[in-house]
Amino acid sequence: MLSGGDILIRCLQEEGVDYVFGYPGGAVLHIYDALFRQNRIRHILVRHEQAATHMADGYARSTGRPGVVLVTSGPGATNAITGIATAYMDSIPMVVISGQVQSHLIGTDSFQETDMIGICRPIVKHSFAVRSAADLALAVKKAFYIATSGRPGPVVIDIPKDITNPTDLVEYEYPQQISLRSYNPAAKGHTGQIKKAVTLLMEAERPMIYAGGGVIQGNGASELTSLTRLLGYPIVNTLMGLGAYPGTDKQFLGMLGMHGTYEANMAMHHCDVLIAVGARFDDRVTNTVAKFCPYAKIIHIDIDPASISKNVMVDVPIVGPVESVLTEMLEVSQAKIGKRTKTQASRLAEWWAQIEGWRKQDSLRVTPSADGITIKPQEAVQAVFRASKGAAYVTTDVGQHQMFAALYYPFDEPRKWINSGGLGTMGFGLPAAMGVQMAFPDALVCCITGEGSIQMNIQELSTCAQYGLPIKIININNRSLGMVKQWQDMQYEGRHSDSYMESLPDFVKLAEAYGHVGIKVERLADLDAALEQAFALQDRLVFVDVIVDRDEHVYPMHVAPNGSMRDMWLKKGVRT
Amino acid sequence: MRRIISVLMENEAGALSRVVGLFAQRNYNIETLTVAPTEDETLSRLTLTTSASDAEVEQITKQLNKLIEVVKLVDLTDGDHIERELMLIKVKATGAQRAEVKRTSDIFRGQIVDVTHNSYTIQLAGTSDKLNAFLRAMSESVVLEVVRSGVSGVSRGEKILAV
Repeated sequence: MLSGGDILIRCLQEEGVDYVFGYPGGAVLHIYDALFRQNRIRHILVRHEQAATHMADGYARSTGRPGVVLVTSGPGATNAITGIATAYMDSIPMVVISGQVQSHLIGTDSFQETDMIGICRPIVKHSFAVRSAADLALAVKKAFYIATSGRPGPVVIDIPKDITNPTDLVEYEYPQQISLRSYNPAAKGHTGQIKKAVTLLMEAERPMIYAGGGVIQGNGASELTSLTRLLGYPIVNTLMGLGAYPGTDKQFLGMLGMHGTYEANMAMHHCDVLIAVGARFDDRVTNTVAKFCPYAKIIHIDIDPASISKNVMVDVPIVGPVESVLTEMLEVSQAKIGKRTKTQASRLAEWWAQIEGWRKQDSLRVTPSADGITIKPQEAVQAVFRASKGAAYVTTDVGQHQMFAALYYPFDEPRKWINSGGLGTMGFGLPAAMGVQMAFPDALVCCITGEGSIQMNIQELSTCAQYGLPIKIININNRSLGMVKQWQDMQYEGRHSDSYMESLPDFVKLAEAYGHVGIKVERLADLDAALEQAFALQDRLVFVDVIVDRDEHVYPMHVAPNGSMRDMWLKKGVRT
Repeated sequence: MRRIISVLMENEAGALSRVVGLFAQRNYNIETLTVAPTEDETLSRLTLTTSASDAEVEQITKQLNKLIEVVKLVDLTDGDHIERELMLIKVKATGAQRAEVKRTSDIFRGQIVDVTHNSYTIQLAGTSDKLNAFLRAMSESVVLEVVRSGVSGVSRGEKILAV
């Protein structure tokens, strides 16, 4: 016989949870007491509940295991919303436990009451309102199963305070097996469809592989890499998919989409067979949907049937886990690859020649500043790549620095690149880096951020101090909300409506105030040395404030509205 | 095109709000909605009508299926089916009007289920089109109140929606 509070903690232990990220409050005090009386699960006390969700998110993205969050009712729950929505948009497994007021007070507008189930409904994969302590174990089991299977996502468990009362004891048994009649995600792809897809791929003259975050979430990166190398086809990754294929490999054309490379977007536009793997034809990829890949037959592998033909109609849909579908595809392809005709081989060679022509555009070339002193934001990211030897975990916030990081820091492995792609949540980077550092205490974890984004969760510098997290923050400081300013430059004749950040803090002093190390870099010549100094301080959090050119834009950039994939701005005033 | 989608879902608190919320969230429209428990008390059956293109209805059914509590669903308009809607209509019925209202009601096989000196309440079941036609036929009368149940439906023949 156990209390609800103890049952909850036992369930989390059964699920192998090592960290819970959270913040206590009235409705979860019984749960916090149960946490106190055990030592298998470590609780990380954040400074704001939004950060708890992003920490759990960073933990989940880097490990593949679900992140766990514990917040109190009312404001605790509502503060978690942005992080839940972030995880939902990027299909990240997460279990969020929210306290609720006592059952008899629900619906009476009682202190710290909010309808969490109602508020989070559109941004969760599922949610549970627990009605009795006896139901708790089953709800937790279901929550972890739903969050981690199929297309992953956040699941909320809302628990009224009386359910966890230490004096009300109920029988406890953790269910070992779970099956839901209404939820059965596909275990493998349709073999007939897979064969059809391979046939189409073998016959392609201008093939393209377009891989997204699903490859990373579905642990299919090595299968994807094997298949891509076997076929010898060009590949692009989405923002979420970076690292799904080695970023420094010659078959990799870079990121595609709104800020994709010239060669990636041109090859997408001109291909005749496109295979989309764990990608969802997001509007930031396709530009105008009606003009997307006009010559292509499209194959789409996705675990979620609702992703198929949602934005773009596809010719060969395959619903299933990427790992198993790609493995099967690889087997079928190996049997057929030797049978490619000479004509096919020469057409593929012609396609590669065309792509090499696009590559010569060198669309990511950085023009150093005229004075030779001012740092370009791209140079800052390149310097981080050099100093970390390309091996760091990199989290970002949202804006220009995020795009520069995506374009100028190639990732050779999955789960190293961690950013809020779907929701685009500023304030994500620092807490996400904290979650990664918790999971990998000895790894180099860099948070590439901007002076706008970092201030959205800057209070977590305090949490970093408490738990000794040696994160390296690289603040690409352009004294303006760079992406907003870029759009205002391009579309609003340079009217910078509220995109300037005046009265910025002294970030070095701020870092020092929290007990960390702060370094300010203003000259290009000092950049590499500053980063080396920062990375050498292995057990300290270092805040590197890099003052960069404030007028730089991110290019290439899709021409919108009504543009196709190949319509791009290549630099200021120059378009395709 | 008008669609009738029938959904079997877990009879749990919150399931209905997920379905309704989904339609609002994804900008689909609901024209009618009706829901009640079935002979199996763990399941409830929800029927809704919406107007959507083929591509839209494919997304609607996929998104509905994605809801964890949805067990099974069918687009009844895909095949032969029976649809019924119940309407209660209260009309002013005085003087010569009384006979006229009764005659029209009889033609539509309506039943007068409540009578006062000044009013009739007529119950009518049928397809939505039939109910609409009756309302048009009553346009000369003073209609005091109209209550419609929303559409329910079932496939013709052996085809069933069950677990």
